[in-house]
Amino acid sequence: MLNVEYMWDLLPVLLSYLPLTLQMASIAMVFALIIACLLAVIRVSRVPVLNGAALLFISFFRGTPLLVQLFLFYYGLPQLINALISINGVTAAVLGLTLHFSAYMAESIRAAIVGIDRSQTEAALSIGMTQSQLMRRIILPQATRVATPTLMNYFIDMIKATSLAFTLGVTEMMGATQKEASGSFLYLEAFLLVAIIYWVVVEALSWGQRRLETYLNKAYQR
Amino acid sequence: MITLESVSKRFGQQPVFTDVDLHLEQGEIIVIIGPSGTGKSTLLRCINFLERPEAGHITVGDLRVDARRASRADILALRRRTAFVFQNYGLFANKTALENISEGMIVVDKLPKAQAHARAREILERIGLADKADAYPASLSGGQQQRVGIGRAMAANADVILFDEPTSSLDPQWVEEVLSLMKQLAAEQQTMIVVTHEMQFARDVADRVVFMDEGQIVEQGPPEALFTNPQDERTRRFLRKILAPTGQALP
Repeated sequence: MLNVEYMWDLLPVLLSYLPLTLQMASIAMVFALIIACLLAVIRVSRVPVLNGAALLFISFFRGTPLLVQLFLFYYGLPQLINALISINGVTAAVLGLTLHFSAYMAESIRAAIVGIDRSQTEAALSIGMTQSQLMRRIILPQATRVATPTLMNYFIDMIKATSLAFTLGVTEMMGATQKEASGSFLYLEAFLLVAIIYWVVVEALSWGQRRLETYLNKAYQR
Repeated sequence: MITLESVSKRFGQQPVFTDVDLHLEQGEIIVIIGPSGTGKSTLLRCINFLERPEAGHITVGDLRVDARRASRADILALRRRTAFVFQNYGLFANKTALENISEGMIVVDKLPKAQAHARAREILERIGLADKADAYPASLSGGQQQRVGIGRAMAANADVILFDEPTSSLDPQWVEEVLSLMKQLAAEQQTMIVVTHEMQFARDVADRVVFMDEGQIVEQGPPEALFTNPQDERTRRFLRKILAPTGQALP
């Protein structure tokens, strides 16, 4: 049967790696959001040249597995670019997560922007606002609200995806579990425990997500 | 004051109107009437370049813009001298009534926020919505939303306010409050061009009624003359059709 005592002792060990997991996901999320907004605005405004580049970027990062991208950044690119030889696993993982998720998030932000009714755009232009004022003050705040549930889902996905960093030799929560398990041979206990930790974290975030949505919807209640 | 000279617009190969001329004096109120799809709204939208006309000149005050080579700066300048009221209100859903009105003053006119809010409160007072300052559009009735839309146009301090069928999406019970606000503006000598199907409003308020059909200004004149003694057969036919069901006197 399950060695519960072992799991209990393992808990603080694994939890000590939780901050790294959350850190990687948070940093990647911030940069991914910035890049995704830029990509979405480029796509919506059909900026010449950049639009094509954005399409290619999105297509590549959505079209290839995250694991392949991580290997490409960590093992592949240093071969081409000398400065990257010293790239550490955490940086490579954050970079990979950022680019990968920014591609997905760009599309959901774009859809949210396109979904805002045209009359608000015209109204903003009619009072003399510029395109960028329109974006910053009218469109993006509303698009954010529409896109929030999907973006939160991507953040949750991202937290789970940080576990892939262990394939780049990073000892994060998953890497630590692997190490502990191969020492004790109690694989079931170790992996079950780490699964539960991820699960609880995600549930906590989902709760936060619901609170956030209620807050953001405040302006739209009848 | 406001002059359109030979303004032309087409969608693709399809001309909407060609070589339209129109002139307004300051304080004048023009109502444009005509069958649907004859380019009334498009003409209105060309005045502030929500639609870009292909040719012609548009003059508002001392600003004269050549449609053929209007720069981005020209268009912005033109939009700052005109204000627009939309059929579907076009209120910013993420902003309160107060913020909808103050937004342009803050962002476009660069007024300090406190001053813009103070002016917005004055306008809310004038449009009878002082108690709705902090309400978001979703919680306002159609009539209230359109009054905020008009308030936003008033805040722009424009030379002319362009009304594009301001009561057409309203439930009947809200039409009167919007029309009476427009009458109030008219009484204050606000220059305006109104596209509407409200014939009674045209009769009561317009200095001049313009009848458009198939992309042309067919006929224009003071409301009494145009409604009681239309010169063109097309005007007569239109007026017969639109006035008959309401039981008003036939021309």
